[in-house]
Amino acid sequence: MAKRDLIYGLMAEFDSATALVEAARKTSHAGYKKIDAYSPFPIEGLAEEVGFHHDEVPLVVLIGGILGGSLGYAMQYWMSAVDYPLNIGGKPYHSWPSFIVITFEMTILFAGISAVFGMLALNGLPMPYHPVFNVPRFSSASKDRFFLIVFSSDTKYDPAGTRTFFESLNPRSISEVPS
Amino acid sequence: MESAPVIEPGHTFGTVTEKISAIVLTRPATNGWFVGFGVAFMLTMMMLFSIGYLFLKGTGIWGVTIPVGWGFAIVNFVWWIGIGHAGTLISAILLLLRQSWRNSINRFAEAMTLFAVSAAGVFPLIHVGRPWLAYWLFPIPNTMGVWPQFRSPLMWDVFAVSTYATISALFWFIGLIPDLATLRDRTDNKALKIIYGMLSFGWRGSARHWHRYETAYLLLAGLATPLVLSVHTVVSFDFAVGIVPGWHTTIFPPYFVAGAIYSGFAMVLMLSIPIRKIYGLEGFITERHLQNSAKVMLATGLIVGYGYMIEGFMGWYGGDRYDAFTLWNRLHGPYAFEYWLLLICNLFIPQVLWIRKLRTSPVALFIISGVILVGMWLERFVIVVMSLHRDFLTSSWGMYYPTRWDWMTYIGTIGMFFAFMFLFLRVLPAISIFEMRTLLPEAEVKE
Repeated sequence: MAKRDLIYGLMAEFDSATALVEAARKTSHAGYKKIDAYSPFPIEGLAEEVGFHHDEVPLVVLIGGILGGSLGYAMQYWMSAVDYPLNIGGKPYHSWPSFIVITFEMTILFAGISAVFGMLALNGLPMPYHPVFNVPRFSSASKDRFFLIVFSSDTKYDPAGTRTFFESLNPRSISEVPS
Repeated sequence: MESAPVIEPGHTFGTVTEKISAIVLTRPATNGWFVGFGVAFMLTMMMLFSIGYLFLKGTGIWGVTIPVGWGFAIVNFVWWIGIGHAGTLISAILLLLRQSWRNSINRFAEAMTLFAVSAAGVFPLIHVGRPWLAYWLFPIPNTMGVWPQFRSPLMWDVFAVSTYATISALFWFIGLIPDLATLRDRTDNKALKIIYGMLSFGWRGSARHWHRYETAYLLLAGLATPLVLSVHTVVSFDFAVGIVPGWHTTIFPPYFVAGAIYSGFAMVLMLSIPIRKIYGLEGFITERHLQNSAKVMLATGLIVGYGYMIEGFMGWYGGDRYDAFTLWNRLHGPYAFEYWLLLICNLFIPQVLWIRKLRTSPVALFIISGVILVGMWLERFVIVVMSLHRDFLTSSWGMYYPTRWDWMTYIGTIGMFFAFMFLFLRVLPAISIFEMRTLLPEAEVKE
């Protein structure tokens, strides 16, 4: 058991997006639960293959947008009609049509900020150090190589057995990821 | 006839990556770059000098006076904001419309947006007269106990433009994250590795991350699309809500948005034509991109032309004598030269884009884009200056003449824009590497 904690996982390298998607599918069918895949560009359907089904980003953006719009309108109402009522050309203090533009802009601003920072937070970024970077070949993951990892925390993980399984997927290389 | 491909055949993930990252990582800065950057930097200094003198002396050094209280500052502000709009159109609207050819021009078009908005932002700040009080525009609690006046389009503009600047910067930055990771992994320089590594937030390309990333990117595009339309609409409200003849028309919002995209695409072409030539990127920014941009210019140019016609028609048909006079004054008044030049630049010359040969000729497109940029600047001059200089009362007519300080500030912002652009080309990938990879045939997953 002690040795297992020093290992973060086992990583296999592939040449193409097609090979990676197929390998990910086979790995999850083989019963591995804690796996991840790395690619130099987004691949449609790959996240589902590694067991990712609930993307929370849209909800975060929705909440951000509603918050921004409500704050924007409430701010204008309170400032123009409650805290500092000012008669401009006899218009009502609560002249809602004039408040629409800023309400809209605040909706977009808050929704956009939530999209970016929500995505980063959910992804756990920024994270300048990560065990996968210990694998020298992994630097090609941002260029033209595709990687699949089984984490050592997976109940089915077994250094020899997983390696044998990976070999059946015909990868380009297999590396142990030190933690 | 088959149209040109969006990416030259024969490229692989590796070659695309190497070719684009080499511009930043291995290619030495040439003399041409230093000369270009040097000139742009000196012009930036000239801008700072003229702004410094402005702060010392006040807006009296400019040509603005009564009745023309909105001179070059507003003309240039609207011109620059408009140029920025093409970047958002390319990165957001074309993404939603699944126009994948945009992938090779969206990065620097977004950078162009950011720098154009920065150049635009200079003007409202300095034309308020007392720039140290510019923060009054924001709803910040203060000891005077007053708040901004939210019923004014000028306040809407503050929110629209600052939201636009923020969202454009975020959109640009998250687009850069995966490419910064690529640069981190490609460079041998230890310091650069740390800098790019930090900037990329430790991006590792995990499938889960990509999924959230794409969702966020798509949602941002969906948010930026109505935003960009709203920004120039609100800019046009600055005019259209006023009662000055020549401003008070309902055609302004669509006409302003079309004009913005028109000038923005002209700037995209003015930038991309030299960039693809100098950095040998003809394989990525192909004839197809030039032709598509030319078509967008032609279409938006016709919308702008329609705007001119409606303005003319309503001046005649509307029956308002002041509107009718505005029309007459444009055609025959003291600024008639500028108005006719505007029609030539924006309406007549761009019609040559109907000719296919010219749509695919870089030299011709470069020249036409320059003409359009001049034309769109003149349009804002006509709207701002010509409407104000002769309004309702003959006794309050006057003339506006820009001073050397007006010109120095304006040309200085052009220098600043290009200085930023030169720096951007050297330190960040000018073409989105990861989005280019998705265009390659090998990116497709075969079942």
